[in-house]
Amino acid sequence: MTTLTEDKHAYSGSTNNRVVYDTKDLNLWYGQTHALKDINLSIYEKEVTAIIGPSGCGKSTFIKTLNRMVELVPTVSTSGTITYNDKSILDKTFKVEDLRTQVGMVFQKPNPFPKSIYDNITYGPKIHGIRSKKVLDEIVERSLRGASIWDEVKDRLKENAYGLSGGQQQRLCIARCLAIEPEVILMDEPTSALDPKSTLRIEELVQELKKEYSIIIVTHNMQQAARISDKTAFFLNGEVVEYDKTDTIFTTPSDNRTEDYISGRFG
Amino acid sequence: MKYVDQTLVHKRMNSRVLKNNILKQVFLIATLFGLAVLAILIFRVVTQGIAWIDWNFLTGKLSTFPEKAGIMGAILGTSYLMLIVIPVTLIIGVGTAIYMELYAKKGKLQSFIATNISNLAGVPSIVYGLLGLTIFVRVMDFGNVVLAGGLTLSLLVLPIVIVAAQEAIRAVPGHLSEASYGMGATKWQTVKKIILPAALPGIITGAILAVSRAIGETAPLTVLGIPAFLLPFPEGIFDTFTALPMQIYYWTLDASLVDEYAYLAAATIIVLLVLLFILNAIAVIIRNKFQQRY
Repeated sequence: MTTLTEDKHAYSGSTNNRVVYDTKDLNLWYGQTHALKDINLSIYEKEVTAIIGPSGCGKSTFIKTLNRMVELVPTVSTSGTITYNDKSILDKTFKVEDLRTQVGMVFQKPNPFPKSIYDNITYGPKIHGIRSKKVLDEIVERSLRGASIWDEVKDRLKENAYGLSGGQQQRLCIARCLAIEPEVILMDEPTSALDPKSTLRIEELVQELKKEYSIIIVTHNMQQAARISDKTAFFLNGEVVEYDKTDTIFTTPSDNRTEDYISGRFG
Repeated sequence: MKYVDQTLVHKRMNSRVLKNNILKQVFLIATLFGLAVLAILIFRVVTQGIAWIDWNFLTGKLSTFPEKAGIMGAILGTSYLMLIVIPVTLIIGVGTAIYMELYAKKGKLQSFIATNISNLAGVPSIVYGLLGLTIFVRVMDFGNVVLAGGLTLSLLVLPIVIVAAQEAIRAVPGHLSEASYGMGATKWQTVKKIILPAALPGIITGAILAVSRAIGETAPLTVLGIPAFLLPFPEGIFDTFTALPMQIYYWTLDASLVDEYAYLAAATIIVLLVLLFILNAIAVIIRNKFQQRY
């Protein structure tokens, strides 16, 4: 558990941990639509940071900006800076491939490749040039263990990943993400397509993973944010309304809109 | 008050049901019409030609004597044409489709190119023949050889391959490539390892359908000046050649001189049709075998 100093300032939330991500006046437009407005957030190492907010508030856009996946939409333009480990990642000279090797992503819908379980895990290591069968075997076992799915699939590694259940597929996707040994894991509503039991397993997994990884998770489910995160940022209409320790956000929010949202009055 | 008057609905019921039944018959007749034409065609061709197909006909050289004539030269010519058409259209067609779908910036220029590619698919084949005559036979001075014919036919079917490949690439779910990019893969790695394998069945199907169209084309070859009567077999892509549809065309023309030529033409049509059915069957098999669910 991280120790938190008593800092009530809404946008900083300082801790003893190192800052991995720092955004300064981050703005983002889809064509003419202003989707993110002056985002200033510091995200800390080895914590779970939850992003909550109603649909269309920009929380998915924000998390996709952190690994520049948002650029797959051709009309996107940005201003401001995002610093990841002291490097300015929005610079066009910064290689996105490099960033995404250090920042893994888990998507809303489980999206394994139409390949075997083994090949799904080795996809990342292989594109980064690892060829040795022995090393790949070890990566597969370690990643699957890390995503607590090893026991369920160890006898069927050569089978197609589509034979797995939805919850297993999502844990496979987490394992696939661990295989590139990232520092940060971005999760974009990873449990929204899953049943409650599978959701619980993912949540337990997130608690395990934060010992070694910094996790940023977008979620629609406020109970989930309250259960698993250390910090919570509340997004509304593309702005950060409040960012603080999760306990504070859910017990004594400083902004009325936060209170209205978490008490279910809108969104 | 009620807006739906039950007595009125009842009165109109019979005519509604009748209309429904009549239209069903109309659609059935439309379908049967096409089938009937195909059946008559095949029946006539087979009854006229099947007796003429024997080992000598398939493997022999051409001859002015109908009993001695063989179409090995035309079969070889058509095969050599395919050796050019398949790689050329696959490489250029798939390359174009990859660029258009995955690299080109979506905008006015991209949609202008896309529209023109679709339009090219509708240009009459004889126009491609003229183009091939000018570029390959005259300017590049290949003469009327396999290479010139193959490249001309490649141009002709290229739009079909491009459009088929584009559709196959577009059908690959975006979440697969997202997963790949998300792990730090470059675009080319994603194309090679995720998108092309998933799009392959669609691409191959399109390519085979395009090739089967190329096999049957006659007009561009006549414009190129491909001879119908040619004794030596082609031995490479720089040899003069003849092809199955050319053979059919000239035998049909000369049927007024020698009656039996009509039967030879019919026999050649059977060979060509069998070839086309085999190609289409391969397309279906590939599609079923490699089709993936996502």
